[in-house]
Amino acid sequence: MLQIDLWKRIMIALTCAVGLWLALPNAFYGPVEQHNDAVNAIELQGETPELEAQRALWPDWLPSGLVNLGLDLRGGAHLLAEVRVQDVYATRMEAQWPEVRDALRSLTPVRRQQSPEDELRVRLNDPEKMAEALQIVRGLARPVPTLTGAGATDIDVRGDAGVIIVTLSEAEKQATNERTMQQSLEIIRRRIDEVGTREPTIQRQGADRILIQVPGIGSAAELKAIIGTTAQLTFNPVVSRGTDENANPGIGNKIVPSIDEPGAFYTLESAPVVTGEELVDAQPSFDQNGRPAVTFRFNTSGARKFGDYTAENIGSPFAIVLDDEVISAPTIQSHIPGGSGIITGNFDVEESTNLAILLRAGALPAGLDFLEERTIGPELGQDSIDAGKVATVVAFVAVLFFMFVSYGLFGIFANIALIINVAMIFGLLSLVGATLTLPGIAGIVLTVGMAVDANVLVFERIREELRTAKGPARAISLGYEKALSAIIDANITTLITAVILFVMGSGPVRGFAITLGFGIITSVFTAIFVTRLMVVIWFERARPKTIEV
Amino acid sequence: MRLRLFKEAPNFDYFSRWKLWLGISGLMMIVAFASFMLQGLNYGIDFRGGTTVRTESPRVVDVAEYRAALDVLELGDISITEVFDPSFRDDQNVAMIRIQAQDDQEAVSVETISAVEAALKEARPDIKFTSVESVGPKVSGELIQTAAIAVVLAIGAVLIYIWLRFEWQFAAGAVLALVHDVLLTIGVFSELQIRFDLAIIAALLTIVGYSLNDTVVVFDRVRENLRKYKKRDLKEVLNLSINETMSRTFMTSFTTLIALIALFVLGGDVIRGFVFAMIWGVIVGTYSSIFVASAILLYLGVKRDWSKPDANAGNQYANIDA
Repeated sequence: MLQIDLWKRIMIALTCAVGLWLALPNAFYGPVEQHNDAVNAIELQGETPELEAQRALWPDWLPSGLVNLGLDLRGGAHLLAEVRVQDVYATRMEAQWPEVRDALRSLTPVRRQQSPEDELRVRLNDPEKMAEALQIVRGLARPVPTLTGAGATDIDVRGDAGVIIVTLSEAEKQATNERTMQQSLEIIRRRIDEVGTREPTIQRQGADRILIQVPGIGSAAELKAIIGTTAQLTFNPVVSRGTDENANPGIGNKIVPSIDEPGAFYTLESAPVVTGEELVDAQPSFDQNGRPAVTFRFNTSGARKFGDYTAENIGSPFAIVLDDEVISAPTIQSHIPGGSGIITGNFDVEESTNLAILLRAGALPAGLDFLEERTIGPELGQDSIDAGKVATVVAFVAVLFFMFVSYGLFGIFANIALIINVAMIFGLLSLVGATLTLPGIAGIVLTVGMAVDANVLVFERIREELRTAKGPARAISLGYEKALSAIIDANITTLITAVILFVMGSGPVRGFAITLGFGIITSVFTAIFVTRLMVVIWFERARPKTIEV
Repeated sequence: MRLRLFKEAPNFDYFSRWKLWLGISGLMMIVAFASFMLQGLNYGIDFRGGTTVRTESPRVVDVAEYRAALDVLELGDISITEVFDPSFRDDQNVAMIRIQAQDDQEAVSVETISAVEAALKEARPDIKFTSVESVGPKVSGELIQTAAIAVVLAIGAVLIYIWLRFEWQFAAGAVLALVHDVLLTIGVFSELQIRFDLAIIAALLTIVGYSLNDTVVVFDRVRENLRKYKKRDLKEVLNLSINETMSRTFMTSFTTLIALIALFVLGGDVIRGFVFAMIWGVIVGTYSSIFVASAILLYLGVKRDWSKPDANAGNQYANIDA
């Protein structure tokens, strides 16, 4: 029973070697990180002597995968945002109105009624024609692709006492939500990329939430300033300016407050001349008085609309509106043909830079609510790493020592296996690109303590078998044989809990589950293969008549 | 020279007073549960929403000064505690400020946090904010629910696994031992009012895993011995099995405890509660695998008729060759 085939020996040694190889870069964290950053930078912006020097810090042929450090170790900001997907329903209904009006025009005059935001209510002047009107409006519905393939359409239409009520269908709501989420993710990603921080995590969570983690950023508030603004920019004609928030704006108009003149309200035409979607570029700059401003450029169609409008309305004011607040309302001095312009207002430099980023990255389709935010300072992260390092080393040395005094030579075998074990955990973590968190470090320390368990089980069993006076070879082989079922059962149950933690947990808890799970796998591997191989090789060489475990 | 706990396999009688032990364990569970119901846990912001601010200042923390600065803001219940840790430098004076979730605010507001930071900065210009965390009430409700589900799921999954690998009496014993461990841990947290947050749930699940590990090792030996000594009394077999595995139980608990204590002393204050839960769990888990899990097994009795050839003949995996 003490034979191990040559190919198995090679496989075991090879597995250990691969694990150590993958773990290697983590021992030189600083240089490897600079090397990786330099490689990425060179790919983006070409080579510079400085970047090349950084790249040379770590040879290219060595593995360069690192364990990512979690926010609690590196410092940075964490946000959990909920997207107000319903916002989009209102916009959709707003767009539906002219369509319905035009479709019914030949039948009977209609008027729009007050309604909840996600509904469109249209009163028919001639209620007798309800049946026909319903048919026409239903004809406007477009098919929506659904998972079931059933013929769903995008709107539900019903009639109620001379009023046609249009709402979005469930299928369309879901499709819209899905689109809203995709767009929001994309735009948040673009905005964060514009700021240029490293390795941000932007993940969808559940139906309508987005998790954003940005290492190295100063605070969650800073992050919010970048992603929290919807940044919907429009240029609207101004009807009048007043101080009454509740004045009746008239149909087709709306009242919008001014951003920097408290108490001032503008009455604007609801339909914008041009929107931010037609911007191609925005840059922070300064106006002729040297105050911070933002210059922008429209695409061709935007430039034409803007040009035509300014040509026709010289002398009248128009408003630049950002997220339902008027930034400024200049008077059109002359025809502006080139499609570029400047937004002035009460900005400081930082605000104008942020606004330019927001305009370049595009508007969010819906607003965000923040449910959770965490900022970890880099000092605290560094303190945690330092403390974790010291604790791990002390725990490691203590366990190594204790194993040696308890089991002698066999203890040394177990210790070598334990060192390989920890290296393999790091190798696996780097391989899958997992994130190491503070509880994750605790998971490793716990593994160091528990990993010896499988070896202890075997060694104790060998001791027992030796007591019943069998030869050493027989005792060793029986020890491994009989301890196996206990090792497997005990570790599978722990693995079950690690998997549940991983599935149910989030953030740091998940980091803990990953290291714990990997630790269980590697410790079983090292105990039943690596230690055993060492024992067998030693036994073959030494051929002892008696052994002491 | 070897360090050896037992020269020969020990021969203690664990079950001479097994009903007493079961009674004591049951009583402790009741006490823990009562403490949890009456006093309640000191939930962190993960579970009840709110904001915590960790501050660092070169000068000694003056709780009254901080409180005076913040009282002006009328943010409701504020708790300020000074944090001590051997790993801190001399000029590192750390305090944790916890602010309750603000009414009628579903989401986390920037204004509250910046007002708090500004007020503290004014009282003490050299203050630094090393971490600021805010959780809205919506998420915290969900987090506590998910956490409870995770613990129940873990225990349920284990019940099924042990049932499949052993007999139902073993599964019942193991699961009762787990409930015992989880309850006692929650009881300690409620009694000592240690902050109970998400990480503690991770610790709870690890305790479940660890305690189970221990129980399964004992049960594995019981299963083996039940086949070996068909005529012996169940109590004797249990005693024998526990004695045979005792030196392993001690070794493993000891190495794990060494590692955890190193982490407890040197790992910094951020994870101290987490590590404390695990140390407590290792002790309670080791106790419960003998005095709860095995005692329950004794109480329930086990099928002793192993005449039919069993697929799980002691070492199902023994054919696997390295």
